[in-house]
Amino acid sequence: MIEFLGIQLKTPLVLASGILGNNADILSRVHGAGCGLVTMKSIGPAPRDGHNNPTVIDLGCGMINAVGLPTPGYDNMDAEWQALADRHFPLNASIYGGSTAEFAEVARFVSDQGPDCIEINISCPNSDLHGMLFGVDEKAAHAVTAAVKQVIDVPLIAKLTPAAPDIGRIAKACEDAGADAICAINTAGPGMVIDIETGRPVLAFQKGGLSGPMIKPIAIRCVYDIFKTVSIPIIGLGGITTGADAVEMFMAGASLVGMGSAVRYRGIQVFDMVHRELVDWLAAHNTTREAVMGAAHHPAGTPAGTITREPVSIEKDHTSQHRKNTP
Amino acid sequence: MIFDQKPVMVQVAGKTLHNPSFATLFFDVAIDFHPGQFIMVWLPGVDEKPYTISYHAPKQFGITIEAKGRFSNQAVTLSPGDQVGIRGPFGNGFDIIPSPHVAVVAGGCGMAPLAPLVERLDPNLFFVHGARTKNFILYHRRFAVQRHFTTDDGSLGHKGFVTDLLAAEIERRTDQAQPQFDMVYACGPEMMMHAVFTLCEARGIPCQVSLERYMRCGFGVCGACVCSDQVVCTDGPVFHSDRLGQMADFNRTALLKSGQPVALSAYVSWRCQ
Repeated sequence: MIEFLGIQLKTPLVLASGILGNNADILSRVHGAGCGLVTMKSIGPAPRDGHNNPTVIDLGCGMINAVGLPTPGYDNMDAEWQALADRHFPLNASIYGGSTAEFAEVARFVSDQGPDCIEINISCPNSDLHGMLFGVDEKAAHAVTAAVKQVIDVPLIAKLTPAAPDIGRIAKACEDAGADAICAINTAGPGMVIDIETGRPVLAFQKGGLSGPMIKPIAIRCVYDIFKTVSIPIIGLGGITTGADAVEMFMAGASLVGMGSAVRYRGIQVFDMVHRELVDWLAAHNTTREAVMGAAHHPAGTPAGTITREPVSIEKDHTSQHRKNTP
Repeated sequence: MIFDQKPVMVQVAGKTLHNPSFATLFFDVAIDFHPGQFIMVWLPGVDEKPYTISYHAPKQFGITIEAKGRFSNQAVTLSPGDQVGIRGPFGNGFDIIPSPHVAVVAGGCGMAPLAPLVERLDPNLFFVHGARTKNFILYHRRFAVQRHFTTDDGSLGHKGFVTDLLAAEIERRTDQAQPQFDMVYACGPEMMMHAVFTLCEARGIPCQVSLERYMRCGFGVCGACVCSDQVVCTDGPVFHSDRLGQMADFNRTALLKSGQPVALSAYVSWRCQ
């Protein structure tokens, strides 16, 4: 078992918000397929349909989507909360709002429903009124994190956008405001796909967030940057599809690794597959997840095979780096 | 071919108006296909919706549309030369059992996914098709095999339900010590499919039904179409009876566009808007 924010996880893998998480049964199935921590689809303050189709398109190298934050609304989900109350798996509840007050309103209610942690989605590019505005501004990120932290009884995770000019500073603002962990990254872009026969953008919302293998290098860089600025744990995601991708994300500084679009390419069983690949890689290199975490930050640039001889002490390195950056 | 990434624009090559509500659009496109699979159909500026492939030939396929809502009312007005975007095919399709002892039960436009299946099954199959009235019966002269009809008003065939005829045939086979069905295939209103499922379960006959839920991605990531722990677009849309028995949401619950689970009747009235 892996401990994360006091929660016991069977694997270091996380289901990304917005993927499958529409009811308790499917969340349970994803957990059964090897996912340590499952995340609900983002819950908002009021019922919202999201955008018309096309909303999600595969581009081969990844996906583009503008689903548009559909939600029944937090106080319109009694049956779901009831079904989740009897769960046998760790649950991360993703929430969003259009203002700091709305975030706090949703968070207060959701916290009472007993999720294991709450993730604030301050990074969705697919609504003009919600999300990303908070994730690109340090003051706004700090304010919303602090407001939510005040009204919840469970650990708080801030989900960040790679659209931030300096994601490390946003992460630091969230940490200073009381965030217990960082989740990065949400979709990149936004991007656009135009059908050249009709001259029209394909997505009904025209633009949409990019995910999947094409954004992995951005995600790795973001987690690397965040690791330098904060001492709280990081859930790293963005294009992770294989065990090797997961190793790379741990080396950038992630404590857990999330997956979403990978379900498109390898099915729900991708969690079991990646976990097995990860365990095999670690065994073949005679090392552990803890040892490779943050390895890319090690000044010696330790080759993977020798990591066990000079283990990177995450807590210590991390703290010293954190202090170094704190006046 | 498979077009499962961004939509590919294709031209309507032909059109059949079956009645004021039903039209089939034909495309001169070679597409990989297994009966029961579907494609996402994009009308730029309108919406994108899942449609089963109802006709399939090596270099042609067709989709049959019932004019019900905003999208389908526009789709049935398309003419040869008009363009639509397609993605697919998606989904699993029916498991085809090579046995003469199979039944196909179609209700209304549930005939559409079953039609290419009928053409691949043993010609000795037992085939029932029900509709509101005679005018809503699809594909009048399409099949070489015998088809039994039921209508709500008695305007064609038996006045009553498709399950009346299926139940009678199951009884007849038992009474006359004839081989029982090895498989029953059904598509139609979910209430009808549930009645078929219940009937088959009581007799120990396996069945496969094709479910419908609001869809977005079509390839198993967005979760819009979940039915209990099953993802209708990739685990389905065809489900075997052993799975259906474990799906509490079958004939009970479906998600609205917002993700809110509602009673199936409320979902159906929303989908018909």
